[in-house]
Amino acid sequence: MLHQLKNGSCTVQELYAQCANRVQVIKSLNAYIRVTDEVSQVQLQESTTRYLKGTTRLMEGIPIAIKDNFCTKNITTTCASKMLENFVPTYNATVVERLLDSGAILMGKTNLDEFGMGSGTTESIFGPTKNIWGSNLISKANDIDNKVSGSQSDDFFIAGGSSGGSAVAVAAGSCSVALGSDTGGSVRNPASYCGVVGFKPSYGSISRYGLIPLVNSMDVPGILARTIGDCRSVFEVIKGCDPKDSTTLQRTLNKSKTKRSSSKFDKLCVGIPKEFYCPGLSSEVIDAWKDVADLLENSGFRVIQVSLPHTSYSIACYSVLNPCEVASNMARYDGLRYGYRATGKDLNSTESLYAANRSHALNQIVRGRILAGNYFLLKENYDKYFVQALKLRRLIYDDYVKMWSTGVDILLTPVTLSDAPLFSEFTEKDSRAQSADQDYCTQPANMAGIPALSLPVRLSKRNLPLSLQLMAPHFDDETLLDVAHLLEKELNFPHPTVKVA
Amino acid sequence: MINCGVIMNSFCKQRRNLPFWMPITGIRAIFTKSLDLACAQEKRKNWESVVGLEVHAQIKTSSKLFSGSANKFASPANSLVSLFDCAIPGTLPVLNKKAVEAALLTALALNCNVNLVSEFDRKHYFYADMPAGYQITQQRLPLASDGYLDFAVFSSAVHKAAYKKQSKIKQLQLEQDSGKSLHEESCSGSLIDLNRAGVGLMELVFEPDLKDGEEAVACVSELIRILEALETCDCKMEEGSLRVDANISVNKPGETFGTRTEVKNLNSLRALARSIDYEIVRQIEVLEKGGKITNETRGYDPQQKITLSMRDKEEKQDYRYMPEPNLLPLSLLQLKLDPSDFRVRIPVLPEQERTMLMEKYQLSLETAIQLVNGRNIDYFLNVMDALPNLPVKKVCSLLLTDLLGLLHKDEKTIQECQINPRQFAKIVELVKNKKISHSASQNLLLLLYRGDLRHPEQVVEEEGWTMINDPKQLEVICKQIISENPKSVAAFRAGKAKIFKSLAAQLKKECNDKYDMGDATQTLKRLLEEKNL
Repeated sequence: MLHQLKNGSCTVQELYAQCANRVQVIKSLNAYIRVTDEVSQVQLQESTTRYLKGTTRLMEGIPIAIKDNFCTKNITTTCASKMLENFVPTYNATVVERLLDSGAILMGKTNLDEFGMGSGTTESIFGPTKNIWGSNLISKANDIDNKVSGSQSDDFFIAGGSSGGSAVAVAAGSCSVALGSDTGGSVRNPASYCGVVGFKPSYGSISRYGLIPLVNSMDVPGILARTIGDCRSVFEVIKGCDPKDSTTLQRTLNKSKTKRSSSKFDKLCVGIPKEFYCPGLSSEVIDAWKDVADLLENSGFRVIQVSLPHTSYSIACYSVLNPCEVASNMARYDGLRYGYRATGKDLNSTESLYAANRSHALNQIVRGRILAGNYFLLKENYDKYFVQALKLRRLIYDDYVKMWSTGVDILLTPVTLSDAPLFSEFTEKDSRAQSADQDYCTQPANMAGIPALSLPVRLSKRNLPLSLQLMAPHFDDETLLDVAHLLEKELNFPHPTVKVA
Repeated sequence: MINCGVIMNSFCKQRRNLPFWMPITGIRAIFTKSLDLACAQEKRKNWESVVGLEVHAQIKTSSKLFSGSANKFASPANSLVSLFDCAIPGTLPVLNKKAVEAALLTALALNCNVNLVSEFDRKHYFYADMPAGYQITQQRLPLASDGYLDFAVFSSAVHKAAYKKQSKIKQLQLEQDSGKSLHEESCSGSLIDLNRAGVGLMELVFEPDLKDGEEAVACVSELIRILEALETCDCKMEEGSLRVDANISVNKPGETFGTRTEVKNLNSLRALARSIDYEIVRQIEVLEKGGKITNETRGYDPQQKITLSMRDKEEKQDYRYMPEPNLLPLSLLQLKLDPSDFRVRIPVLPEQERTMLMEKYQLSLETAIQLVNGRNIDYFLNVMDALPNLPVKKVCSLLLTDLLGLLHKDEKTIQECQINPRQFAKIVELVKNKKISHSASQNLLLLLYRGDLRHPEQVVEEEGWTMINDPKQLEVICKQIISENPKSVAAFRAGKAKIFKSLAAQLKKECNDKYDMGDATQTLKRLLEEKNL
């Protein structure tokens, strides 16, 4: 997109008008919590001037959307929770600041599961986000018949989550790129279901300052884009050390390792981890996985089977570590300084006010995790649960270290077990069971801190996107993007055309 | 940061409208009567008491431990609050290197083993002045551990010999201070001031190796002297920049430690001493009546001079500690902080000073304590430097008794004294050389203290205070006293030795500060006894 803007084949106003139109067209999908047209109009003005003056910045005029758990100055940041429904931050998250400083235009804030706890974007106080695939918003010209079949008319395919709003916003072309956050797969999962690129960079390569945390030790701001090129442009702008986030990498990445010319691909080794061939994996995903592996082999890669023995423990480990950090991070939501505040005559003690604020304004999943986390952290349980989970996390991490040391450069795995499920199917299961299915293939990368990317591959029989995941060693994000870029060209995934209003 | 202030203000306004119950108002008075401490002294003889201290010392840095907002006392409420300090979502802690440096220097001065890598933990509890719902502290792997503090116990009020004592330090950890809750009757609610929230603290955990309030005061006083010398804490207990919690238990000799109670937030040395001694006696009384001591937190009420139970015993806190995920382990080497660089920066500490005084000048422990603990040592050393051959005892008595007496009356310290050490040395030299009597030296001191600008020798000459070193003249005066007081002399000679005092008083008057009073009284005594033969 940026290329077209810079070479003049499309103007900022044209691009903006197109996106703004699509924001309106897809309203029924509920991708946006808040559309920020007052802000974007001002930004558009500045971008227009800059194109005239020739003083464009790196992302000049690129329409973006931001998941509503990144703080945006003077714009409500809700986390899709009643607790923060009226919370207006006075600061920008570092990633937001970097995007806006480089000329991006903010179209709006996107929907998510409350505080990012979920994998369907179905647990938002603003209602679920619907997938654009299978909706009636895709024009027939796409030659795709993707109506929801065999179910009630108000059913729909889920967007995936928790960054479902951002994924749909990008898939529909209402923005060029969007930010999501990925703790257990929250960028890659909706990217997979919505047929867009979902990139979770290495932990430590991108600042978390201003990202309202879920699990601090796993959260990574992620990028949703239609193309690897767009994804890479955003990564270039937002990555790098931030003095406000002590967990960002201080040194710059090793350039010699990260710079790679396409001719060197034939020396790369692709690992196929057998543990990802898991129960519940659909035959369509298996076929896609095999085909892409063959494609890589034919392109000169060495493809081998590898083993990551502790993969299946990742979800169990996550189900302890996640609630512990959640319990801790959520402790600040007491309603005193900001956030929902209950009123009532019976609120005559600090404790009763806290209890009322928190039980009214946090949903059942959030409260359930707070309860579980506090239980795991009790003195008598700490060693039994938290410490054990940390040991398990280390084993998972070590699996990857050992595997990379055998000369593997990239992993190819499924990202979700199938194409997007229907809302009705998805909500049959409880939150824990959903997580076990949805996060199985994505969660280990968060445990290990490594970069991972969901790449749309082809359409399923139901005309829904099928995607695969690539993973690379920690801080080898560039190799990951290089390989993804090569595959993208070969696969030529059909992006949907949204009907014009 | 400015916007945050607005948030806080609106929050405070909100609070005023709500009826509010805070734990602190729930203090339950268990003992309302002040105990008879004198009577209790007797009881204490059959018991041993054990005291362990925890000291929270605010680190003297210009900004807070994990945020850039200023660390200043008595600023307008909620004016020093960054986004991080009021736990705005998405904010992250950034460690203040200066605070680490101060804590490192302190740890080394307190003979601790420094951990080259330490870690931060979250300690969870809900309290209105704890915005994040947890405090960042160092529970599992502190900055330093296994230190000790040498100090001397000596109270001039109690007629006991001074002695040396050591308290072991379990650990020294970095942590955040909390905000302050204000419980205003007028607004039927609580107000929160977060200026203090996030200020860096050094928490020093001492082993339970003290025995009473006096030792506790001596220990904390010594700690204050050290922290002030290091300039790592300003130690203003009344402002809360140094606060002490005391753990107290009693047991019969030979038995294991009893159940302890904790007295929290003691903000003066007097409160520290009194609360501990009160608590010891209270526990003994409870046990002697067949009762049990509850492991509980108590507060000290300085008005009633008693301790009070603060929480119900059922309410056992589980702090659900968890490693702080937003901070890397604190690696001193990564921060380029080498402990050996800091070791050489430690100034001469009071314990070394006392030892030096005792060794070099043969002073008693008591005198050394008086010189060092009252910060009179520099003056003393300057006097001794000015005239190295002065009699040390004379210097100390004129300094510690006479000069400090004058200063004390005016509530001044030696640093504010008008008499410089050189002048002072001259006065002592005049006494040493028998140029003036001891009482004349006191007069001289007073004159100079009041601002007389003349040279000490000039004063002596002009005031006619030069001492007369003539035994004959002294005898004349003594004989005159004897002849003028026949009744008293007769009574003395009849064996009423006490009458000598009144004769000596007359003699002193007659001598008019021009004679050595030691010589004078000896002469009088000799003459009285001679005639007796």
